[in-house]
Amino acid sequence: MAILEGVGVTKYFGGLAAVSDVDFHVDQGEIVGLIGPNGAGKTTLFGLISAALVPKPGLIRFKGENITGLKPHQICRKGLARTFQSVKIFPNMPVISNVALGVHFGTPERVTSAQAAEEAAKLLEFVGLSATAAIPAKDLTLVNQKLLEVARALATKPEVLLLDEIMAGLNPTEIAQAMELVSKIRAQGITILMIEHVMKAIMNVCDRIMVLHHGKKIAEGTPQEIATSETVIKVYLGE
Amino acid sequence: MNKLTLTSKSFLIPGIILLVGLIILVALPYFTPIYTAILLSTIFMYVVLTTSWAMFSGPTGQISLATAAFFGVGIYIAATLGTIMPLLVVVLIGGLVSAALALFVGGLTLRLKGIYFTIFTFGLLELMKNLLLWFEIKFTGTRGRFVVVVDYNTVYFIMLAILVLTLLTAYLIRRSKYGLALQGIGEQEEAAEHIGINVTLVKVFTFAISAFFIGAAGTIMATRWTYVDPYIAFNMNFSFTPVLMAIFGGIGPLFGPVLGAIIFAYLEEILITKFPYYYMLLFGMVMVVSVLYLPNGLVGLIQSWRARTMGGEHGNS
Repeated sequence: MAILEGVGVTKYFGGLAAVSDVDFHVDQGEIVGLIGPNGAGKTTLFGLISAALVPKPGLIRFKGENITGLKPHQICRKGLARTFQSVKIFPNMPVISNVALGVHFGTPERVTSAQAAEEAAKLLEFVGLSATAAIPAKDLTLVNQKLLEVARALATKPEVLLLDEIMAGLNPTEIAQAMELVSKIRAQGITILMIEHVMKAIMNVCDRIMVLHHGKKIAEGTPQEIATSETVIKVYLGE
Repeated sequence: MNKLTLTSKSFLIPGIILLVGLIILVALPYFTPIYTAILLSTIFMYVVLTTSWAMFSGPTGQISLATAAFFGVGIYIAATLGTIMPLLVVVLIGGLVSAALALFVGGLTLRLKGIYFTIFTFGLLELMKNLLLWFEIKFTGTRGRFVVVVDYNTVYFIMLAILVLTLLTAYLIRRSKYGLALQGIGEQEEAAEHIGINVTLVKVFTFAISAFFIGAAGTIMATRWTYVDPYIAFNMNFSFTPVLMAIFGGIGPLFGPVLGAIIFAYLEEILITKFPYYYMLLFGMVMVVSVLYLPNGLVGLIQSWRARTMGGEHGNS
């Protein structure tokens, strides 16, 4: 069953259709990759799903419920979390507080600050940031800031996690670790929709891939199908 | 269990100091000349205004210049209801009406960012002043009003009570998850929204709570002035001074604005009595020097001094 689904999702910026009439669905437990050249509308689509932007026209359903027009904090509390392509951490807060804030506000449940700190510490361990828990988040390397964003998103106990280019700028070892992390997250029962330019990662980790180009969905299928699709090759390599 | 005893121990010494300080402040008017109570009420008022301002504008970084508008609302509540209701009720209403105004205005404008919000809050002050002026002249045929007079010690005690409540509230907000949320909103509002924080709600309520104390302070202070008109009540100095005091003291920790307000208010009093002709000149010089050399306020000075005396251990933090 589709846990997340979009019908005719469209977004104009002025006269330009950043996302144009895109239908998509993500099934429970899947890892779906979203690829496309720069400016294809991938991050805009993430913005539309997470309610940073409102589709017009178009419809987004989460667990069968129409969530179009809700506020970002409501979307988050329903169980749909995201990370940002350009990192948006709380720079002057200790790393652990960044995550604790997600624990406090990400779910409708009430937790004490001791519980929140404990939960945050667990999540930092999960992404491998335990050693840096006490330092201000701005002092982390960019790679670790992206991991912090993942931990913070996980703190809101999502059912679907949107990962926006968490592997950009990573070296091959770090990419391997990040791929392992994505698999570990899925193993916890969290459905993942990820934007990525690192083809090796996308091809290995994803069950299914969607390709956007000029705001339109031009292809969809298993990694194998996408790798051999003529349309996709044309878009990436030119005519 | 273990944690509880630990916290109660670490709170013991500051707790005793605060309690002794409070007892001294409560007993003070009985042993000192009336001037002390008047001076201290003024200082308390500035601490309330500055702490309330910093409660919202400190963590969110959205500079509000509406302080004088809320203060003025309190003053006019005292002027209109002072004769027909008991004083404490009037003070409470002054706070509540200010908070209601903040809820309304905040709901409309807190999505404005940066300078736009600041200018709007300043505009609110002018709007309130001119609206009231127009109303008074057109409908009541007066320009100013007399305020019921209350003796200095009563003003002192009520102001002290408002001060204690303001500091307590500021402290509790800071410690709570809402304090952390406010800081998050200030640092990265978009991310705060996306991790489940109802940004508008948290901001509007904090703004309203801060306005409550500002309004209550205005209500009680009005009784000291006997006569008010819209120009006195909605004086823009009450918007700018708390900002200056908070910057002077240091906006980060809770005691920064408190320290700034105490020293600033006392300094103003000293300069105005000792050097009435050069008061503004000297005051301006102090301000310029502190902005140039104390970018993080007095608190920053204390922190860097402590870091130096403790050696390199905390040098980087």
